[in-house]
Amino acid sequence: MNRFVRQLLPFGTLILLIAALSALEPDAFLTAENFFNVLSRSSVNGIIAMGMTAVIISGGIDLSVGSMMAVSGMVAGLIMTKVTGVSPILLMWLGTLGGLATGLLCGLLNGALITRLSLPPFIVTLGTMSAFRGVSYLMNDGMMFDVPAYTFLGQSTLAGIPVNVLIFLAITLAAFFILRYMPLGRYTYAIGSNRQAAYHAGVNVDRTLLVIYTLTGLFVGLAAMIATSRTVSAQPTAGVSLELDVIAAVVIGGASLSGGRGTVVGTIIGTLLISFLRNGLTIRGISTNVQLVVIGAIIIGAVALDQMARAKAVESR
Amino acid sequence: MIPKQPQTTDAGPIALRMTGISKRFGPVQALSDVSLVVRTGTVHALVGENGAGKSTLMKILSGVYQPDTGEIEIHGRRQVLANPAQAIDAGVSMIYQELDLAEHLTVAENIYLGAEPRGPLPFAVSHGRMTAQAGELAHRYDFSIDPSARVESLATGDCQVVEILKSLRRNASILVMDEPTSSLSESEAKRLFEAVRRLRSQGLSIIYISHRLEEIVDLADEVSVLRDGRLVHSEPVAAMNIPKIVHHMVGRELTDFFPSRTAHIGEVLIQAEGLSSDAGIDDVGFQVRRGEIVGMAGLVGAGRTEVARAIFGVDEMTAGRVILEGRDLDIGSPADAIAEGIALLTEDRKRTGLCLELACSWNITLPNLGQIGFRPFIKPGQENRIAADVGSRIAIKWSSPRAPANSLSGGNQQKLLIARWLLANSKFMIFDEPTRGIDVGAKAEIYLLLNRLAEEGKAILFISSELPELFGVADRILVMRRGRLVGNLKTKETTPEEVMHLAAVEEKREG
Repeated sequence: MNRFVRQLLPFGTLILLIAALSALEPDAFLTAENFFNVLSRSSVNGIIAMGMTAVIISGGIDLSVGSMMAVSGMVAGLIMTKVTGVSPILLMWLGTLGGLATGLLCGLLNGALITRLSLPPFIVTLGTMSAFRGVSYLMNDGMMFDVPAYTFLGQSTLAGIPVNVLIFLAITLAAFFILRYMPLGRYTYAIGSNRQAAYHAGVNVDRTLLVIYTLTGLFVGLAAMIATSRTVSAQPTAGVSLELDVIAAVVIGGASLSGGRGTVVGTIIGTLLISFLRNGLTIRGISTNVQLVVIGAIIIGAVALDQMARAKAVESR
Repeated sequence: MIPKQPQTTDAGPIALRMTGISKRFGPVQALSDVSLVVRTGTVHALVGENGAGKSTLMKILSGVYQPDTGEIEIHGRRQVLANPAQAIDAGVSMIYQELDLAEHLTVAENIYLGAEPRGPLPFAVSHGRMTAQAGELAHRYDFSIDPSARVESLATGDCQVVEILKSLRRNASILVMDEPTSSLSESEAKRLFEAVRRLRSQGLSIIYISHRLEEIVDLADEVSVLRDGRLVHSEPVAAMNIPKIVHHMVGRELTDFFPSRTAHIGEVLIQAEGLSSDAGIDDVGFQVRRGEIVGMAGLVGAGRTEVARAIFGVDEMTAGRVILEGRDLDIGSPADAIAEGIALLTEDRKRTGLCLELACSWNITLPNLGQIGFRPFIKPGQENRIAADVGSRIAIKWSSPRAPANSLSGGNQQKLLIARWLLANSKFMIFDEPTRGIDVGAKAEIYLLLNRLAEEGKAILFISSELPELFGVADRILVMRRGRLVGNLKTKETTPEEVMHLAAVEEKREG
């Protein structure tokens, strides 16, 4: 019951926000075009947030997702601009696969360092955050790759819906399904709640964590391709401080940084709340600097309310 | 209105009088009209099953909760204890089961935390004065402890001494000790009892909460029994004995506390040979037959848990082998052990047993997802039915299988773990201290369950520090001392004295 109320709070805030903006700015805000625009922008963060949700539920953290996104995009850009002798369509495919594979391998590296060396995820991903960023600058001397023809993922639509929004939806459903209906998801919750207990119950803790971080890498690779396509360029500066926005969305959605708690639905609400807030404040002509302050306040407010609700629940026990 | 005045023999001055205390949490009446009188310079035991209201009453006394009705008088003065700081000012000090010390600081620093003696410089703490004062304090109450030792280097018993000294530094006159011996070795417990007696003779009043009734009969002057939120009995210990106390606690006679059983012992199911590990066990060998309950006795640190961990794949075996149904097993992790039909109910259900904030049903199915056909997909409806079914077989009390595990009482949490291994259909079950920290009624249920499992043909290894329950339940008793197996005795042909002698006394004797 209480969990339900906790879930309702960010959702209610989101609905109120949308209602308020619709009333204040019916012409600029309340249009299908604007909604799809917001969703399309959310897709990059949102897809990564799905991986981050699992990582945070397992009691870990992944600070490297922003840098990982840059490396993945740069590898794709490198393939698309430097490989010659294949048809343009095939080249797009090769680049896309290269970007996805890069994300996957980066995630695998994080997972391997965390499980094989028994290092804290915070430390490992703090390190790879720096290393991946460095690699993405080294790849083209700090310059970006222009990929003008790479528009499908970021700019085309299918039945009137942006393709990236559809991908976002598909990944969300997959993450929801894995966390809720598959042993992998169950083990993730168990490890985050009590790692020792999970181990003693026969959960293969290392393998589970390895899969979660690798899957997060794959999601980051996918997000990188969408981001590359949206700007038709692969940029070594892509995703700077993106990890913080993603973590914020997961936390607003009710996940606990100490593990064991969090849901895909919550994370979606958290992601959309941040996106619509940014969009609405921009339409109202409020500067991005102010937006940062507002979002900061929301993060603290959401967690503070959560803590209070929990304290009450504990006392009534 | 006081329902039952404590009948005290000598009318010493009253340190604490709680009158007509009631407290309700939502629909649950945690305490109803409880009145408790504790006299100066006495040890007053507070007993009751889990959920009887002991901790609620003590949280009211320590200012954590506010009573709905009732009054508290301390040394004749009425007190309103609105928060823990006021309770401390009034002279009430709590020593919780889980000690509350800053591990990296020294003994003296912990004792004077928040009240450090000042040095000559502004804002500076005088470590010299602090250490000296802590030493004096310890000396005054006859404790031997090094004030400059770091707490992390101390044994549990000494950590308790630090907690006690911290309370004395705050001029506590009423000391509440919650299950103080639950994590102590025998000799540490003995020292604690001496300390409690010394404090009593210095005029302190001690409220002593414990499940170990032998301790209470031995140590306390008076005993009060809580049941279902009411104080049902309060009397000097001289007029009480263990059966009487148990009777008041559970409200019925426990004639069949240890259920009788005719053992149907079959062929050898599991055999351990020459088990050794770096955790300190050396050449341990035994066998357990189908339908047999084998007890394992030994002092704390004798290597009993380590035997379980080696068989279950938690600790690596450095030598030896485990043979199950004639097959040599190769176990590298708990997952391997579970796949072979071995179960381990660990001694610390909070640390290595349950995922406390997750649903009861999730905790039950965690090792069994593959076996009940939940791979690749979990079916939540079916999962709840399975959990409810296995839960009702052993009478788990929960609001729903979906409730989080931490909403259950200690005994029911233990049953969750048993339910898990029932569902796993394990052949060989190791129970490591399954009755630790649970109340008398739940203990009896666990014994009954052990019997039933044995009757179903399972082989059971039952590790316990309580000799009465080993003698009440086990067919055979293994005795461990310093990592070695020093005794293998038929329960009917031995005595608690013999087992204790083997466990505690250094001498050569092969069982």
